Amino acid sequence: MREFLSGNEATARGAWEAGVEVAAAYPGTPSTEILESLIGRPGVYAEWSTNEKVALEAAFGASLAGRRALTAMKHVGLNVASDSLMTLGLVGAKGGLVIAVSDDIGFSSSQNEQDSRYWGRFVHLPVLEPADAAEAYAMARDAFAISERFEVPVLLRLTTRVSHVKRTLTLGEREAPDRSRRGYHRDAERWIITPNHVGKRLEVRALRDAALAEESAASRWNVLEHGTDRSVGFVVSGPAYHAVREAFPHASVLKLGFSHPLPLALAYQLAESVERVMVVEESEALVETELNAAGIAAAGRAWLPPHGEITAPAIECAVSRLLGYSQVQEAKKAKKVFPRPPTLCAGCPYMGIYFWLGQLTDAVICGDIGCYTLGCGEPWNAMDSIISMGASLGVAHGMAKTFEGNGDAKPVLAVIGDSTFLHSGMPALANIAYHRANVTALILDNRTTAMTGGQDRPQLDFAQLSTALGIRPERVRKVDPYELPAFFKVLREEIKAPEPSVIIAERPCVLSREFVRRRPLTVIEDKCNGCARCLDVGCPAITVTRREREMRASGKVVEHAWVKIESGLCTGCDVCAQACARGAMVAA
Amino acid sequence: MTFDLLVVGIGGQGVLTAADAIARAALQSGYDATKTEVTGMSQRGGVVCSQVRFGQRVSASEIRPGAAQLVIAFESAEGLRWSHYLAPEGCILVDPWRAVPPIVSSGVHEYPANPIGELDSLKTKVLQVAARATAERLGDARLANSVMLGAAASSLPFPEQMLRNEVLRRFSGGALAAQNAAAFDAGRELVTQTV
Repeated sequence: MREFLSGNEATARGAWEAGVEVAAAYPGTPSTEILESLIGRPGVYAEWSTNEKVALEAAFGASLAGRRALTAMKHVGLNVASDSLMTLGLVGAKGGLVIAVSDDIGFSSSQNEQDSRYWGRFVHLPVLEPADAAEAYAMARDAFAISERFEVPVLLRLTTRVSHVKRTLTLGEREAPDRSRRGYHRDAERWIITPNHVGKRLEVRALRDAALAEESAASRWNVLEHGTDRSVGFVVSGPAYHAVREAFPHASVLKLGFSHPLPLALAYQLAESVERVMVVEESEALVETELNAAGIAAAGRAWLPPHGEITAPAIECAVSRLLGYSQVQEAKKAKKVFPRPPTLCAGCPYMGIYFWLGQLTDAVICGDIGCYTLGCGEPWNAMDSIISMGASLGVAHGMAKTFEGNGDAKPVLAVIGDSTFLHSGMPALANIAYHRANVTALILDNRTTAMTGGQDRPQLDFAQLSTALGIRPERVRKVDPYELPAFFKVLREEIKAPEPSVIIAERPCVLSREFVRRRPLTVIEDKCNGCARCLDVGCPAITVTRREREMRASGKVVEHAWVKIESGLCTGCDVCAQACARGAMVAA
Repeated sequence: MTFDLLVVGIGGQGVLTAADAIARAALQSGYDATKTEVTGMSQRGGVVCSQVRFGQRVSASEIRPGAAQLVIAFESAEGLRWSHYLAPEGCILVDPWRAVPPIVSSGVHEYPANPIGELDSLKTKVLQVAARATAERLGDARLANSVMLGAAASSLPFPEQMLRNEVLRRFSGGALAAQNAAAFDAGRELVTQTV
């Protein structure tokens, strides 16, 4: 059966055909669709876990019980999972355990660009790097067998242009899970990683490293393709393979699919058959460094873009410069058009929050990761820091403690979404409560993991949870973010309170099924005086019809803007009507 | 040789779905095809660009600037934003509809005064397709997607019917299928009138 699938869908399909029985993940671009494609598949228990570490541990638990298991995450998710990952490098796996990690090359929706292949070196894991969806599918199938044969988790490293590129591939049937592997027996020396067991496991790991090196040297995923053009030979992994082939169809190429341990013998063969060697790999110069250390003079990063995706024109340009050609073709330049950053949706409950937070000019607001990250931008500019998942509360805690007893202290707020709070915010809130840091924490509860497309998460009472973590019940407040005056009153009281407090803003995400649309609003033109306060709401349904500049007698220039409401977008949330001092916005 | 095209617009317009329909119609017509985009933050009203390549065999999925035979723009400033991808002999189908984001409404940035005029000055073929307006006339702005695909059908190197079938395959009959069929045909009409 021929199918047209993305790399993520193909990975899920390959894992399913390999007989995967347990899959656990936390969503994150560009990895989300892997688990999404496994949900509801027969014979698989698939879950959205509360964070990547929990997901990895869940998959490992299934492996320990002899089941094939998969976990999926984005590159920064693997940082969260890394504490357990380090141990899994020692204890290994029983049922096939595959860690599919997708690196956001070009950081289109991440706090950084990060090369997950380092974990292969760090943890001593085999690394498979598909070039496209068809390979992702086939490698996902192979990965479970490799994992079982060497009793080790396998890292399946995807990048954006594998995860999100659709290609055609031929699918197969699901393999029946191997029942002989099932069952669990206590094996303390193996699975309990106390210091007295580490030495033994290190010996096992060294033997495994050697065996994996032999395996990768002979792997069908590492192929030396001899070409007629011998001026530059390429060592390439991941989707960059297709870019190299586009740019240099006749070159010799060592295509790395089983890229760690590195098949050095093949690299020597390539080096002997070409004049120059160039390594093309996404993110860090990892293979390049290892080849040079092995005595192969390999060019790479110095000629290629320092970060982001490597395209065919970039490779052509790099080779021209490497070979000293003077003619380098300039790429066509883009027209200058205003930036169009993502916005909160019309009716998003977070707009009521940021309408006020944007006016707190004297407060420090520590932000977090989710849709509400957008509060850092226009028109609200209501954020001072964004670090990583769950960091808002820890950073706010440190600032509040530093400000304590300091004359020029500012109020410190933390803004965190429901899913992020459950992911990694809870320990920091317990810390705030325990050490009595004067932080006002806003938990924005829209009942879903919204930014990545609305995945489910535990439905629980955040007020009870906050109290249980040590916040005094009087300082735990629930608000409706659509009620602007009421929310502002609570916000003011909690900022003023000289102790930790939590404000829980509850409203479902507008993209969720729970959300109820109301009649759209319209602007009564006679009442609008152009004060433009409604634009501070930041709603995409409000657009400007005309602008005027007024020079006051004092010499101050005042900007006026008259607006209309796009009825197709407006959800009737009424937040702009409450922001309007003139009562100019009413239900249509 | 590959046929390279971009479908561009803003989050929520169904850009990815439209690109997927074209890629699948190309596959049905016997071509190899790839489709790619960077998603994530591009949802929520941000910039969306999906790239489709098809031909005997496609290697890289990314299109080179200056190489696209066709750009399908669901919004006028977005057409301008991606116009450097057009090949000299290429063609851009652009909806003159304007989506003005808060970053413009709040006065921080300006919307181009005449994006279609700027496109005309590029000396590539420009076809204005009032997809959004047509869709609204047909009763639902969301039909703009099918109107635009109908308008694009004659610019693709496979029978128009292949794309029409692919678009309608997504709706399991009923009123929705009929509405989209009407929208697709209205789009086809729009370009025949222009040419």
